Amino acid sequence: MTKKQIELSAEDISAVEKPANRARLVKAPEHFISQDLIADINSNGLDETRRGFLRKGFFSALGGAAAGLTAPMAFAAGEGDPAILEKQVWQTTLGKNVATMPYGTPSIYEANLIRRESPGLTRVSAASVAFTPLQGLFGIITPNGLHFERQHQGWYNIDPEMHRLMVNGLVKHNRVFTMNDLMRLPSVSRIHFIECGANTGLEWGNVAVPTVQYTHGMLSCCEFTGVPLKVLLDECGADLKKGKFMLAEGGDGSGMTRTVNLDDVLNDAIVAWGMNGEMLRPENGFPLRLVVPGVQGVSWVKWLRRLEVGDMPYATKDEAVHYNDLMPDGLARQYTSIQECKSVITTPSGGQQLLDKGFYNISGMAWSGRGKIKRVDISFDGGNNWRTARLETPVLTKSVTRFNIDWVWDGSPAILQSRAVDDTGYVQPTIKMLRDVRGTRSIYHNNAIQSWKVASNGEVSNVQVG
Amino acid sequence: MYKLVKCATSAVLLIAVFATVNANAQNMSTRYPGIGRDATPAEVEAWDIDVRPDFKGLPKGSGSTLVGQQIWESKCAVCHGTFGESNEIFTPIIGGTTIDDIKTGRVASLSDRKQPQRTTIMKVATVSSLWDYIYRAMPWNAPRSLSVDDTYAVVAYLLSMAEVVPDDYVLSNTNIAEVQKRMPNRNGMTLKHGLWNSKGKPDVNGSTCMTNCIAFVQIGSELPDYARNAHGNIAEQNRQYGPFRGSDSTKPPLAKLPGSSGEGLAHASETHSVAKGPAAMFKNENCSACHAMSTKLVGPSIADISAKYQGQSGAVDKLMAKVKNGGSGVWGPIPMPPQSQLSEEDRKTLVVWVLSGGK
Repeated sequence: MTKKQIELSAEDISAVEKPANRARLVKAPEHFISQDLIADINSNGLDETRRGFLRKGFFSALGGAAAGLTAPMAFAAGEGDPAILEKQVWQTTLGKNVATMPYGTPSIYEANLIRRESPGLTRVSAASVAFTPLQGLFGIITPNGLHFERQHQGWYNIDPEMHRLMVNGLVKHNRVFTMNDLMRLPSVSRIHFIECGANTGLEWGNVAVPTVQYTHGMLSCCEFTGVPLKVLLDECGADLKKGKFMLAEGGDGSGMTRTVNLDDVLNDAIVAWGMNGEMLRPENGFPLRLVVPGVQGVSWVKWLRRLEVGDMPYATKDEAVHYNDLMPDGLARQYTSIQECKSVITTPSGGQQLLDKGFYNISGMAWSGRGKIKRVDISFDGGNNWRTARLETPVLTKSVTRFNIDWVWDGSPAILQSRAVDDTGYVQPTIKMLRDVRGTRSIYHNNAIQSWKVASNGEVSNVQVG
Repeated sequence: MYKLVKCATSAVLLIAVFATVNANAQNMSTRYPGIGRDATPAEVEAWDIDVRPDFKGLPKGSGSTLVGQQIWESKCAVCHGTFGESNEIFTPIIGGTTIDDIKTGRVASLSDRKQPQRTTIMKVATVSSLWDYIYRAMPWNAPRSLSVDDTYAVVAYLLSMAEVVPDDYVLSNTNIAEVQKRMPNRNGMTLKHGLWNSKGKPDVNGSTCMTNCIAFVQIGSELPDYARNAHGNIAEQNRQYGPFRGSDSTKPPLAKLPGSSGEGLAHASETHSVAKGPAAMFKNENCSACHAMSTKLVGPSIADISAKYQGQSGAVDKLMAKVKNGGSGVWGPIPMPPQSQLSEEDRKTLVVWVLSGGK
């Protein structure tokens, strides 16, 4: 038991006792307490009226602590599992009040699954990436607190009453909309994936990072709510015959700008404020962001403040210096935007440890910027033989699709791969196929088949085949 | 007659008023009445600052390399290096291009791979991109603080370091199109690919082979042993219950399978909590936007601050005041902004931690 846990469990107990202090997070295992803790609390000068209650709480929890420590271990034959045979604290005492956590947070036992930075990837955290822990997620929806982050010049909590959206350029009327205006318009809610163009970019040359959080964690999938872009552009009298392009501009310090290919996305794009049923999170663009299904995340401009309809692309910094794919001949492919069909097994995945031989449900995610997932095949032998996985519903266009497949592991080394096919007939390629055409220096748009090696000790690691 | 004239005047007035209302009505949607309003010309001018490759949107103005150098040294060099060469905080801006590239419009080092790192000037094809971005987003901690002429000057200075323009050049809206014709990588971009449109043709397509697809499966790349713990302990990045635990990357791989009870693995009861304390505050309060533990970023490193004030009495109070009120540029040209949002207690915690070298 570490000191940190002791301090946190004291917090936990005080949260139970003092509902007024509701905003406090409950972060550590409950009822893990000791004599040290009592001394600690006493020396920290808790007030007299509370001390008696707290002490009582500590003593009554002691038995639970002992059981908790031994619970996962083997038990003596003939008796049974202490988790069943012994009365647990949560069965024999009064639980917490409703709204103890007015905005709910995950169980304290989920504290390991958080967004993380890749050490050494960037040197300033205001222009960096925090990756989604895909290794712990189920289904297709990314919880809002775990949506990946890519900031270019830091993020702000923008006052929604001060936020404006301007539409100008090749439009009959330059218009300004407030959030009051926008949220009155007819809205749609659609589930789409968002993937950074540089997702898996570290792996073009060789294996570089250990887990799926770092290989594929610039991927999230949410239900977005907002007004269809076309409604807004029509409202402003956009000349969509001449205006084949649109500049989207953000309200952050970087004034993030990206050209959107209206020819392609006009009917799909959403000017969104909602994300999984609540407002966008500030780090994801509160109160307004552009949703451009199938297109790389950088074009989903956050804190969206301006849309300009134009007749040519804008070659903004993130279209002229970054987000271009360098080919072996030294030419850079400019305006590469579409996220091609891709998949990855998330459990088991790199850095994980299987417990034993036997049955496993192998699970992962597949998505395509060109449409729907049609099929996902799984190989357990490094790509030599394949079996088709089950696709779970819903299977939506430009969204993540969850796949599952049964596997009985016999304990011998294996290499797991997934290969997705979309409804255009496109098949996810191997890293070798990609390198043969694009070399190893493109950084962006690596949608290669991912390989996870399972060693006979149960440890899973990131490898590349071929 | 008088009455008639008066009536006529009112009629004219009425028509004028009606015409104004009518003009507004024309701008208003019939489909979504009452939503949005027309932008004023001043509003459009304030926000529509983008500059396209054809220089649409470029404001009139000019700036010399000499003025550019002064601005560069006071506002830009701290991050980008005196010659735009620094790789300390951001990737280098200048370097890797030649006079020959200026002639051909293709940067040779992008294909001969002699330059280990790609610089901005090697990649950028359009001078408008530099102008637009510097004007809208630089400097890093004070975007939109450069004037139009400042921006011309800084772009001129950058281009002079890459020998695109002479050392004494004055860049302006009238000659920038000529400068474009000398951009080293102006012919380095291609739109011949299938990723600009979802209906574009893919350049690579996989195989749907189902059985006996590869004669010999070979592992071409895996993480070296020394990188095992480079991303922190993986056990602490996974659930510590359920079938898919994280392996303890602080230790060598297990000799054998742990078994279904997870013997020898960390358990849920040991789940690590969200970080607290001064190190977390350092990050959450954005100190890390300008300071790092041991390398100089915009501001000095924690190690350097701790070394400078080692053993000085009153250092805590002195630094607490600096954190609260802001610095004066002791360590470099960019002064630290005041951090008045921090409580007395938090400031003290942070300062004590900084002075201890972040321990």
